[in-house]
Amino acid sequence: MGAYVIRRLLGAIPLLLVITAMVFSLMQLAPGGPLAVYGENPHLTAADLEAIKVAMGLDKPPAIQYLYWLKEVVQLNFGHSLFTGRAVMEMIGERLPATLLLMTVAMGFSLLVGIVLGVISAIKQYSKFDFTVTTLAFVGYSLPPFWFGIVLMIVFASTLQWLPAGGLADYGQEGNPLNVLSHLVLPAAMLSILQIASWSRYTRSSMLEVVRQEYIRTARAKGLDEWSVIVKHGLRNGLIPVVTVVALSLPSLFAGAIMTETIFTWPGVGRLFFDALTKSDYPVLMAILTISASLVVIGNLLADMIYALLDPRIRLS
Amino acid sequence: MSTQLSPSAAAERPKSEFAEPAQPYWKLVMRRFVKHRMAVAGAITLILLILMSFVGPLLSPYTFDGIDLPNSNQQWPSVAHWLGTDELGRDIFTRLMHAGRISLSVGLSVAFLGVVIGTIVGGLAGYFGKWVDMAGMRVTDVFLSIPILMLLMVMMKFLGKDLAVIVLILGATSWMGVARLVRGEFLSLRNQEFIEASHAQGASSVWIMIRHMLPNALAPIFVAATLGVADAIMLESALSFLGFGIQPPTPSWGNMLTDAQQYMISTPWLAFYPGLLIFLTVASINFVGDGLRDALDPKLKR
Repeated sequence: MGAYVIRRLLGAIPLLLVITAMVFSLMQLAPGGPLAVYGENPHLTAADLEAIKVAMGLDKPPAIQYLYWLKEVVQLNFGHSLFTGRAVMEMIGERLPATLLLMTVAMGFSLLVGIVLGVISAIKQYSKFDFTVTTLAFVGYSLPPFWFGIVLMIVFASTLQWLPAGGLADYGQEGNPLNVLSHLVLPAAMLSILQIASWSRYTRSSMLEVVRQEYIRTARAKGLDEWSVIVKHGLRNGLIPVVTVVALSLPSLFAGAIMTETIFTWPGVGRLFFDALTKSDYPVLMAILTISASLVVIGNLLADMIYALLDPRIRLS
Repeated sequence: MSTQLSPSAAAERPKSEFAEPAQPYWKLVMRRFVKHRMAVAGAITLILLILMSFVGPLLSPYTFDGIDLPNSNQQWPSVAHWLGTDELGRDIFTRLMHAGRISLSVGLSVAFLGVVIGTIVGGLAGYFGKWVDMAGMRVTDVFLSIPILMLLMVMMKFLGKDLAVIVLILGATSWMGVARLVRGEFLSLRNQEFIEASHAQGASSVWIMIRHMLPNALAPIFVAATLGVADAIMLESALSFLGFGIQPPTPSWGNMLTDAQQYMISTPWLAFYPGLLIFLTVASINFVGDGLRDALDPKLKR
């Protein structure tokens, strides 16, 4: 196992290097170059711009610039925002709790609902319940999440006025958990819908595979009650492949967070990305792109390791 | 893989397959597809949506950008404007139909592009193996690691929001699934006897790949392409909704939703139509894809 972990970690390094190189080259495509935003400032003369260029190292060839950037990035320094002048990591750090809160709640809720639906579907394969869940999962899969969010907002916030339409909390109520919770319901529901659809599908097919195994027959033959058979013997094995899929769903979770945070003005990292993009705040963009891509790589790595840990049948060679 | 049928496999074969008279493959596929009720419903919905989008605008007395301020924000559907008008008095129904034309064309072209790139990358990786495979799959990994929506938003911002640019960019970032699929198919085909036979006859690599391997991988590629259309429509709508896709005044379901969002309090139903159309299109394509998967290759079933 130790050797396997080290080999996988080493394998991730070139992948991360290529990703950072790609993010960096992407920014070279920026129209007008990275300093275009300063060009709009009438107080800056051409000489000033030239000075900024030299000060930022932008006069050097791109490959050298990349290495300078990379040297700072591995130390988790992503530079300063072109607009606020603040450290990018500080800005992200400020937004992170809101995003983590939203993602954890949505993920936890959708896993719980998805797994329960999937297990019942699998146990009662081809029943009315199974048919309904399967159809609903298809519907959930095809539902545009941004539309779902807007419909939620129209129904529950603007028409029924049961829940607030956006933000993290009312002014001055940031410390009140109940107030935050009421703001969390709609965005979390929007972010969950797609995930519930996929978890229920994955759990169902994984469980269907498991209940045909011989150890399940053995458990039944031992005279265990159905609950122990399904939960202790079935579910624990059935969830192993689901672990991998959870890690693979990270990109879609990030995409969902951008849409959700934009619609519900949730002050998280997704919203920060959206704002940075509209303002062409390149250091912030590069940081968020690099970090989220790295998280995806790390997530995949973790998933593989957990998978190997949980299922001793996996050979690591 | 052994070519001989084991006794148990032979016994598992449904009897009907022996009883059926020989018939062309596509007829068999059709028959299986028609049995999948949701897929048929999806296909019919899809045909209606295509007719609406491509024929509809020709029959409409309005144009998608015809501004008519005195008749703006008509609250109720009327004989003149079936679904009312928007804040500039443009006919909503005409705009929806026109937007469908764009979304469907973008979806189809993107899926086509993605399948072509994916087939080439995956095919080369699977056929040649070794370092080609390594390189191809690492590139695939890179593309799979960067959250696509973020990447697309940045690229659209930088490279312009032209329709052709949208198609190219979306196509260039939606080939990874097909690549993995084709690679797997080619890897398993590579060592089969008919391929060895072709090698022995002196066939070139390109010939073997195109003439012998590709046709054997066509069924799953076709299914992936169908589902790819749905994914592309969803992505394009999301991008347009966020303001990084198709730009007004050209209507797309995504950007019509953005417009409607601003009038959420006064005319909330405007937000209903575009989303419903995205949903109907994506759902029916997904159902058709599901039916095709079952029909083309019953072995793949669930």
